[in-house]
Amino acid sequence: MRRGVLTILAGLALLASVPASAQTLRWSAAGDAVSFDPNAQLDSFTQNIHHMVYDPLVRRNRKLEIEPALATSWEIVAPDRWRFKLRQGVKFHGGEPFTADDVVTTVMRTIDPTSRNKGNLSAVIRAEKVDDYAVDLVLSGPYPLLLNDLTGIFIMSKSWLTAHDALKPGNSTTGVTTYASTHADGTGPFKLESYDPDSKTVMTVNEGWWDKPEHNLKRIEFRPIKSDATRVAALLSGELDMIAAVPLQDISRISSTSGFKVVEDPSLRLIFLGFNWHPELFAMPGEKNPLLDPKVREALWHAIDLDAIQKRIMRGKSRNVGTLVAPPVPGYSADLDKPLAYDPDLAKKLLAEAGYPKGFKTGLACTNDRYISDEQLCLAVASMWKRIGIDVDVKTESKVTYFPRQDRGEIDIWMLGWATLPPMDGFSVLSSIFASRKDGYGGSNAGGMSFPVLDDLARKAAVELDETKRRAMLVEAFKFAHDQALFIPLHQQPLAWAMKSNVDMPQFPDEYVRPWFAMAGT
Amino acid sequence: MIAAIGSRLMQAVLVMLAVTAIAFVMFRYVGDPVAMMSREDATPAEKAELRSSLGLDRPVLVQYGGFVTRVLRGDLGNSFRNQRPVVELLAERLPATLELVLVATLLALAVGLPLGVFCALKPDGAIARAIQTLSLVGISMPTFVTGIALILVFSVTLRWLPSFGRGDVVHVGGWTTGFLTWTGLTSLILPAITLALYQLTLIMRLVRAEMIDVLSSDYIRFAKARGLPAHYINFRLALRNALMPVVTVTGLQIGSLIAFAIVTETVFQWPGMGLLFIQAVSFADVPVMAAYLLFVGFLFVVINMAVDVIYALIDPRLRARST
Repeated sequence: MRRGVLTILAGLALLASVPASAQTLRWSAAGDAVSFDPNAQLDSFTQNIHHMVYDPLVRRNRKLEIEPALATSWEIVAPDRWRFKLRQGVKFHGGEPFTADDVVTTVMRTIDPTSRNKGNLSAVIRAEKVDDYAVDLVLSGPYPLLLNDLTGIFIMSKSWLTAHDALKPGNSTTGVTTYASTHADGTGPFKLESYDPDSKTVMTVNEGWWDKPEHNLKRIEFRPIKSDATRVAALLSGELDMIAAVPLQDISRISSTSGFKVVEDPSLRLIFLGFNWHPELFAMPGEKNPLLDPKVREALWHAIDLDAIQKRIMRGKSRNVGTLVAPPVPGYSADLDKPLAYDPDLAKKLLAEAGYPKGFKTGLACTNDRYISDEQLCLAVASMWKRIGIDVDVKTESKVTYFPRQDRGEIDIWMLGWATLPPMDGFSVLSSIFASRKDGYGGSNAGGMSFPVLDDLARKAAVELDETKRRAMLVEAFKFAHDQALFIPLHQQPLAWAMKSNVDMPQFPDEYVRPWFAMAGT
Repeated sequence: MIAAIGSRLMQAVLVMLAVTAIAFVMFRYVGDPVAMMSREDATPAEKAELRSSLGLDRPVLVQYGGFVTRVLRGDLGNSFRNQRPVVELLAERLPATLELVLVATLLALAVGLPLGVFCALKPDGAIARAIQTLSLVGISMPTFVTGIALILVFSVTLRWLPSFGRGDVVHVGGWTTGFLTWTGLTSLILPAITLALYQLTLIMRLVRAEMIDVLSSDYIRFAKARGLPAHYINFRLALRNALMPVVTVTGLQIGSLIAFAIVTETVFQWPGMGLLFIQAVSFADVPVMAAYLLFVGFLFVVINMAVDVIYALIDPRLRARST
């Protein structure tokens, strides 16, 4: 009898999994959505997952340009007031119509003091309903990047939030956990069917989506796998159709297996080295900081053999860079994207000219679990510097201890990766890394660097609504950084996804998985 | 008797306090999650506000005091990473870990016991020697190597078994079980073997040693001299006596299996408490780490206490000493 019940249950389980084969995308990545509440976290992977269920007012198209989504048009009625016309006839997954009330509620929920991602919409002070299909966003002042910010603000349903008592964002410190942290009701291309953290998130296609689908998926099964080896094995064993983030060492193995392919592109994330700008180095207390001399910084740049790093450590997959933003990002200029040539003799000469013919002592610290091959990268740089006579004290550590230290400015030479996300604009480098730490600027300028020209450019670009002038300011700032060797840019990280040959998932340098552009083999 | 249990309880409380204290001293060095919880271009003010709202700017002793007070009230706090109550997270993950450990333990006993008996009865046979040698491999192979090797053979090459996850689970009350579905059962096989391997070899070697010991004792020789049948001597008389220490060790090992399922769970993406803990570590999610350590500490204390109490009940000599 008992055996009979088991057999029936097993049979039911098999039946339940049968529709999974038809245009289902089963994919995996190392991370998982940490919550389904858009306002309860700032994790970019989580926001990527949300984007499948929720729509923003404006979104990025296949070329990553901003295009209308839930808003059909917008105008700047006053420097501090933007008016958005909303798309009509859109319905949430729960069936309720999308109106201006939903936008107002979402914006107010996002800028609520207890919201975790309120910084993603920091220029907005309130939202006002004009009529059912028009909303005004009131800003604290002129702000050129509002559309960029809005690409990451996912519109939630007012009536759904009200019905489930979730109008306030979830927040661990206030003890608020909302219904929205494990459920979702958006207008997006897919509906959330189930969310089982660290195990499985299932979505089904939203047949009533307002946009014309450019995909053929019926169902998405996302199953995170933290272990790299297991993730690759699960793809090769046929249990998955796609994995994001393939470890570099497995790329050739997967692409040489029949039935699978690897898609590679440079990602937006650039890896670079920054300096301590205080009067003394931690490695040489009591002595003048040699890194304050531009010649010394140039010498350090000339001493790094980027090609060797690219070939040996990054297995030929990275792209060497000379500036701090990737080509698709505003502020990029091909003229600046030229690293100083590898020339150890010139480096030694520059050091001698600066008064350090025998080198000096400095610290160098990196993460060992945040960027691709970050530890080997750090060790390679240290050994190259040792060749020009610099005594490098290298330290690599976990991101959880490194970033607090780096943020407090306790490191002589530090490594950082920057993707300009979420705004996808060079202004994020100018305001957070170039500008000195005051008035909300310089959030990642941990070394105490301060140049009035950069501070000035940051403040001007922040309010410049003329896009041509604004971009010119960004380029000017990046040129100054390049000429003064304020940072040593190393490379653009590679991005590799692997999938079955019959799956076509376009890749984007912001590392977002956009299944609404995916074609799965039938 | 009651006094003995009372003093045991006191000791248990002290052990638990020590566990939390050590955990907190460790957390001083695990860093803080602010960098991971902030936007890339967050302002210093935003980061400072977040740090203080998480209570990370307070002295460690104050944080520790707050933690102990909350635990006493039955509140383990909220996860930094998931923004959800830790108790809820642990409760969600407990079934996965317990089912895995249960199957691994049964497997270890089902295979380890007969092999141990076999090796003891024919200690010089070629097969027994081969098993002995193989068991050395089992005891010395790191868990993640075993796990990956099993995945490569049974999932990638043969495609017989799933390489990760728990398969489909059935909700029974507050419990989730993988025992009732086909994918749930097949998903259990590889992780259970991986987790059981060490314990299996341990049980096998223990049974063998105990059996050999018992078989050479006087009463077995007398039983043989009396002409009792071999299977009666081996299984009714010898094995039963050899099993006492095996039962103890297996019981104590269950605690370690739960605690050390971390590696197996990570390799197989088994959504249990170990995986939760590993993710908490890589995020500096202190409330989850603290709660997990507390739970494991509690588990060991309870198991040890149970063993002590049972001994005291069974063995009059121990009872006399402890009163």
